[in-house]
Amino acid sequence: MRRRIVDLLVTGTVAVWTLGPLVWVVSLSLKPPTSQHDGRFLPSSPTLDNYTGLFTKPVFTTALGNSVGISLLATTASMIVAVLAAYAVARLRFRGNRLVLGVALGLTMFPAIALVGPLFTLWTDLGLFDTWLGLIIPYVSFSLPLAIWLMTAFFRTIPWDLEESAQMDGATRLQALVRVILPVAAPGVVTTFLLTFLACWGEFLFAISLTSTEASRTVPAALAFFTGDSEFQQPYGAIAAAALMVTVPVVILVLLSQRRIVAGLTSGAVKG
Amino acid sequence: MNRARTERRLGWLMAGPALLLMSAVTVVPVLRTAWLSLERYSLSAPDERAFAGLGNYGDILTSQAWWQDLTSTIVLTVTGVAAEFVLGFALALAMHKVLWGRRLLRTVVLVPYAVLTVVSAFAFRFAFQPSVGFVGGDFNWLGETWSAYTVIVLTEVWKTTPFMALMLLAGLVTVPGEVYEAAKVDGAGAWQRFWRVTVPCVRPAIMVALLFRTLDAFRIFDTVYIQTQGAVGTETLSFLSYRFLIRDLEVGLGSAVSVLLFACVALIASGFVRAFRSELGGAR
Repeated sequence: MRRRIVDLLVTGTVAVWTLGPLVWVVSLSLKPPTSQHDGRFLPSSPTLDNYTGLFTKPVFTTALGNSVGISLLATTASMIVAVLAAYAVARLRFRGNRLVLGVALGLTMFPAIALVGPLFTLWTDLGLFDTWLGLIIPYVSFSLPLAIWLMTAFFRTIPWDLEESAQMDGATRLQALVRVILPVAAPGVVTTFLLTFLACWGEFLFAISLTSTEASRTVPAALAFFTGDSEFQQPYGAIAAAALMVTVPVVILVLLSQRRIVAGLTSGAVKG
Repeated sequence: MNRARTERRLGWLMAGPALLLMSAVTVVPVLRTAWLSLERYSLSAPDERAFAGLGNYGDILTSQAWWQDLTSTIVLTVTGVAAEFVLGFALALAMHKVLWGRRLLRTVVLVPYAVLTVVSAFAFRFAFQPSVGFVGGDFNWLGETWSAYTVIVLTEVWKTTPFMALMLLAGLVTVPGEVYEAAKVDGAGAWQRFWRVTVPCVRPAIMVALLFRTLDAFRIFDTVYIQTQGAVGTETLSFLSYRFLIRDLEVGLGSAVSVLLFACVALIASGFVRAFRSELGGAR
């Protein structure tokens, strides 16, 4: 009995700490401008005006479109490249094994800011500045290490006999990968896709450095440049509402695949 | 023999695109950064572009901004990672031990991980902002150095402790239960068991978690950008580089700061690897 109370107390404390800031943003997003400055945690007269207001502003809707498009394209490209590389690392005997994992490790430690200067000048010369492609290219490269690591870990958990029997039946390595291994690894692919997407979705430094207009500005960058109806009034409620619109869907997805994400992230740590 | 060769070739073919993409976007720009850092080059005065040797490095290393930003980066990194480590270890132990509500616990822990850094930065900024937030009353937390540090560190700790906890949990689950039993039989108390059994067993996981988080914290940018814009002495090295490159269009100076930041990161990483190696050697 005492054990049960202590356990629930611990869980409760952690829940309040992790959910508190999010609840605060929800509450702020429900406050009308008139009570934004009341300094209370909860709204006294909640309204959805901040949300409906967002969709009348092209600033938010175009940024949302950019975010979805850029993140999906970058994640898809990254996954295709990562699945191939991870399969080679996990299953094939060749000397590139350690090189791939080594380069991936090196890249995760790399300070992204060191790329901002050269990419900024290079993209300006090449006409890629402030375009979707200008963000997609660095996103693919920077999300590859995580995707390769996770996929390698997932591939290693799949029994060898599956491929052997497929190859017995005359399938080539690639056919075996696509028809036999990938379907079995589907949960791993979904988890990796989600975590890779999350990394692109929330990226901020490139998003503010390599864009300048609504043509390619993603939501995290747009949030930083959000202004209210008058320039001197910070639109707290609108920022909170926009922040939630891009946060809640991914939080729900992450929570739904909680068990596999924990498994994926921790497997990387043990082998790293 | 023939089969081994086709396998090798297939391996390089499949891993090739990944290797190419990862190195193309780093090696080429890094060389370019290194080259640009040797030039006096401002996009606002492109005609005055000239080779400057190590002049930019001299200017930066004798400037007050560099040393102040280095100090604030170190302060934020050390306090943040230390707090995350203590809280993360406690959280990992809780996730390992708690039976009632275990699933709920492991679920809520992931929430901060899924929240965008920009969003958590706004959440904490608004919470502490006078006349908007509910925490600080009339005191302007982001208006003075030490209170601003506190808010930034708090934000970072909230956001990244779950990651730290998951990495440590991965180490905890590898500790064999029999070792605890044996220690118990030998009369070791809970405290002794923690220091003598748990900590040594999870040491590799601790090192990996600390390495990743330290390097990550040292590159802090998003939270500072959203919360203070580097005001009141909270500017960090990443922000300094960004300010030179994007705001002032001083490509030469900004590149030099990038190279110096890169050197700091490499120094930290090699320090960790050295400590890690000797530790592994000692364990065997």
